[in-house]
Amino acid sequence: MKEFLFIYRTDPAMIPQGSPEEMQAMTKRWMDWIGGIAGQNKLSAPGNRLEGAGKVLKPKNVITDGPYTELKEIVSGYSIVKAATLEEACDMAKGCPGLSVGGSVEVRPVNPM
Amino acid sequence: MEQQQLIPHLFRTEYRKITSVLCKLFGITHIQAAEDIASDTFLAATEIWGLKGLPESPVAWLYTVAKNKAKNHLKHDTLFRDKIAKHLLQSTEATEELNIDLSEQNIADSQLQMIFAICHPAISEEAQIALALRILCGFGIDEIADAFLTSKETINKRLVRAKEKLREAEVKIVFPQDKVRERLATVLTTLYLLFNEGYYSASNQLTLRKDLCSEAMRLTHLLTENPGTDLPEVSALLSLMSFQASRFEARTTDTGSIILYDEQDEQLWNRELIAQGKYFLERSAKGDTLSKYHIEAGIAQCHTVKADTPQKWEHILQLYNKLLIIEYSPIAALNRTYALAKANGKYEAIAEAEKLDLRESHLYHALLGELYSCIDNAKAIEHYADAISITKTEGEKELLRMKMDALRF
Repeated sequence: MKEFLFIYRTDPAMIPQGSPEEMQAMTKRWMDWIGGIAGQNKLSAPGNRLEGAGKVLKPKNVITDGPYTELKEIVSGYSIVKAATLEEACDMAKGCPGLSVGGSVEVRPVNPM
Repeated sequence: MEQQQLIPHLFRTEYRKITSVLCKLFGITHIQAAEDIASDTFLAATEIWGLKGLPESPVAWLYTVAKNKAKNHLKHDTLFRDKIAKHLLQSTEATEELNIDLSEQNIADSQLQMIFAICHPAISEEAQIALALRILCGFGIDEIADAFLTSKETINKRLVRAKEKLREAEVKIVFPQDKVRERLATVLTTLYLLFNEGYYSASNQLTLRKDLCSEAMRLTHLLTENPGTDLPEVSALLSLMSFQASRFEARTTDTGSIILYDEQDEQLWNRELIAQGKYFLERSAKGDTLSKYHIEAGIAQCHTVKADTPQKWEHILQLYNKLLIIEYSPIAALNRTYALAKANGKYEAIAEAEKLDLRESHLYHALLGELYSCIDNAKAIEHYADAISITKTEGEKELLRMKMDALRF
């Protein structure tokens, strides 16, 4: 089994601004999906969600602020899963709830140091 | 209490106390000597009480005889005299009178320290449970063999090996001051397994199984009573055990067959234990640790309300999601899938179940049998048949056959 990093990306414009019920429904879908991966014993780390605001450091001490409303997609979270192959990891990513609201999942094999 | 019942009763309550105090005094190397002295004491009680009748205070009698036997042992066993007695006598002001302290306080302290010595990472979990049953709970070898569905010989071997390991690892009988939480994790795992052994065991000896559960609860309770070990996860584990144990009477027939949750008579659920479970769950809600015991206690609490509502199952599903994220176990994965069926529907649950790599488990096929029922009965029957061929216990086979036959009409 190898480890793969799921990087969740979301279009900031698509981040649900809905009612508490809608937010709760979305949380449930995420928990059910991650719980499903954990139930297959393929979750290495549940990871976390990321807040929209932040800073970016560039050479020569250039610091820019978030949120990055000008970007089409921002990283909104990450998890680490276990799979035999990249294809299998991609299959697992297919159920990600973020996909249904215009987001994407980047699947990257972890190369242990 | 009549003498015939009194001795086994005292054996259960006092053997472990005498053994713990002596073992604490002699050191883990001499655990066998401590056990022998305690056993001899009860042998003497059986003989003498049989001839002369009961003494006025049986417990005090046992303690006095145990003390004398320990002193004699110290005098006559050369190895013991040279290696241990010297050390002990020096530390107790070099008098002939060795201080064997069977006060309530020292008994409680010794037992707590023995829990840590026995639930030691140096020995396997299986051996820890067997040793715990023998030394901490005063179970007979035959009872332990019955609980594990194995022979007395196997248990004896297991105990001997475990004691050797404890000696080799030079385990100290002390309170692990600086790494309580770390060592407590092993202790809790063992107590949890001990409880489960009683709760889920295939053994049809109901009284024995109940004893296992109540002993696991007694030891966990002991940990909550000492400020050094009274951590939130200990309360959480005791809460879990209490909720589970509340259904003990309702979940089997008089002959030991399993009664499924849906068919249980709620009137038989033990209200006191449910209240105790709630009390310890509240008590566990402090600090910032969310252990698997907290989550499992939460799930067990949901099951103390019988109403089959979508809210209940949604709550259970989310708890299982969290539990699996903390720690995977096949049984949690299967239970989660069942909760998923109840909360999100059978089709989603079937798709998820097919992804589980648990085809060797009869519970996996029993679950799929349940999920496919009324959706694809042919498939359901196939899975039930697989489950029946895998499971070893007669009670479960019977239950699965009933479910399978119900689909044929």
